[in-house]
Amino acid sequence: MAITVKVVDRPIEETSYVRATLSGLANTLKHLLDPHRVTTEYPDEREAISRRWRGTHRMLTTEDGKAKCVACGLCPTVCPANCIKLVPGEDEQGNRYPLVFEIDEFRCIFCGYCQEVCPEEAIHLGRHYENSEFNREAFVYDLERLMAQTHPVTELWDPADPKGE
Amino acid sequence: MTDVLPGVHALLLAADPQGPMNFWPWLVFTAIKMLVFFTIYMLGVAYLTLAERKISAWIQHRHGPNRVGWSGFMQPLADGVKNFMKEETMPPYVNKALFVLAPMLAFIPAMTVWAVIPWGAPWASPWGRVEMVLADLPIGFLFIIAIASLGVYGIVLAGWSSNNKYALLGGLRSSAQMVSYEISMGLSLIPILLFTGNVTLSSVVNSQASMHMWNVLTLSIAFLLYFISAFAETNRLPFDMPEAESELITGYHTEYSAMKFSLFFIAEYANMATQSAMLATLFFGGWDVPFTQADNTGAVSFPLVLLSMALMMAKTLFFLFVYIWVRWTLPRFRYDQLMSLGWKILLPTGLGYIIVVASLMLGLDAAGIERGFVYGLIFLGVNIVLVALFMVFLDRGKILSAAYGRASIGELQRLRDITTSRTRLSTTAGD
Repeated sequence: MAITVKVVDRPIEETSYVRATLSGLANTLKHLLDPHRVTTEYPDEREAISRRWRGTHRMLTTEDGKAKCVACGLCPTVCPANCIKLVPGEDEQGNRYPLVFEIDEFRCIFCGYCQEVCPEEAIHLGRHYENSEFNREAFVYDLERLMAQTHPVTELWDPADPKGE
Repeated sequence: MTDVLPGVHALLLAADPQGPMNFWPWLVFTAIKMLVFFTIYMLGVAYLTLAERKISAWIQHRHGPNRVGWSGFMQPLADGVKNFMKEETMPPYVNKALFVLAPMLAFIPAMTVWAVIPWGAPWASPWGRVEMVLADLPIGFLFIIAIASLGVYGIVLAGWSSNNKYALLGGLRSSAQMVSYEISMGLSLIPILLFTGNVTLSSVVNSQASMHMWNVLTLSIAFLLYFISAFAETNRLPFDMPEAESELITGYHTEYSAMKFSLFFIAEYANMATQSAMLATLFFGGWDVPFTQADNTGAVSFPLVLLSMALMMAKTLFFLFVYIWVRWTLPRFRYDQLMSLGWKILLPTGLGYIIVVASLMLGLDAAGIERGFVYGLIFLGVNIVLVALFMVFLDRGKILSAAYGRASIGELQRLRDITTSRTRLSTTAGD
């Protein structure tokens, strides 16, 4: 098939170059003199993020400082990215707790299913986005690191309107 | 060395008996001038890159570089250090000798022309008259045109030696463009030559001072031609075909990195500075202090020298600002538009204008009108008419009507008729 070039039929005799150039220059000069700046100077100032922002995970703890997680295994099951590694353990009283709980933040797609499925409201996504690292291994967050996070957690729904009505 | 310098001094004395002072003061002052002028030049070029980024940012409502030093004031220094530290890449298929030579060929002419631009009124120092120019060459702006156009060799060789199709296209475009626009640039300078009767830049300045009128008023069309050609000569938008980021990556310096790239970059900004200084000197009175005659009496006192230098600097900076301002306003020309502007509009206009100026001068001389203010006024009047005609011609008669705006009902109907008569590429069933 031959390649055809679409030639736009411009009304050449209607167009003005000199005036268009001058009005363009006037326009840029106007913007040059306007002190308004649209930049958010990031490290110094931040944009407000949504309450539903889904970022770095956080493991909530009970009042005595233990993870709320009961190692039920729902979050690794529901996780579509398969980024949660959970090895359950059991203590003398028969309470289950996670021996290993790791989230690979690199694999995670931040869908929020783990938070939604968690019966104990233990694992949460957070309103936090600055989680860059220098190597890939550092993106695997273990239980201590998840518990040590302090940023606010994501609200997956509006508490005033839980059914989304 | 010991034999050469006195020889040069003797030669200068022979050329101009009232010229240089005794040997040692001449040597010292020349060394100081070289140091000062080129330090200012290099710093200015470095800070031009910052100005470009700042002004572009402001036009786009951004801040521009503001992290290094006070509000980004040390950014050029950081850029310089970065460019020295970066890896020098040498692609395996380049022509090594030319690849290394090309940045130098672009850089050196850009630096050299700075030497002949007069920066201020001559200073009546206790040791004799000090010209505020490194070399007031008797061939004046011919030297600038000759040397500045050597810069194209650097660009063409860079494009050729890179062995890269984008670089080659950039080099080809630049050679075609610079050759085309050099002609109209040269032609636009001939009216000045007719006016001044001399090619040295100091006599161009003096002739404007004696006319009490800048050349931009008496030779407006020449100014317009030179102004447009200067943009093309420095490869700045809207004439940046050799670089054309969106089409050719970066054109001729695609394969260059680190300091070799930096040399091209410095050369571009240095050419901008030179052309701005040329515009200021040739058309805007140079270092002449307006409305006074105190600075035109030959050598003057040092404060007056400083004032004249400040004025020259201000004019140059203004044109540098215009360069940057235009770059962030206008889109790039299409290649055929560029060529047709150069050959079909600027070249004939330049030729015609030379005839007009020459015959007008002949007529005025025959009428016995002295070179002076009245002479300038007559030229001004003729130029207002000529500029209006040129603009109307360039703009196909639209200069006096609005560029855009509400169309009249008849006009609207005519446009609608054109649209309906045109065959549509796709028709929707719902119409």
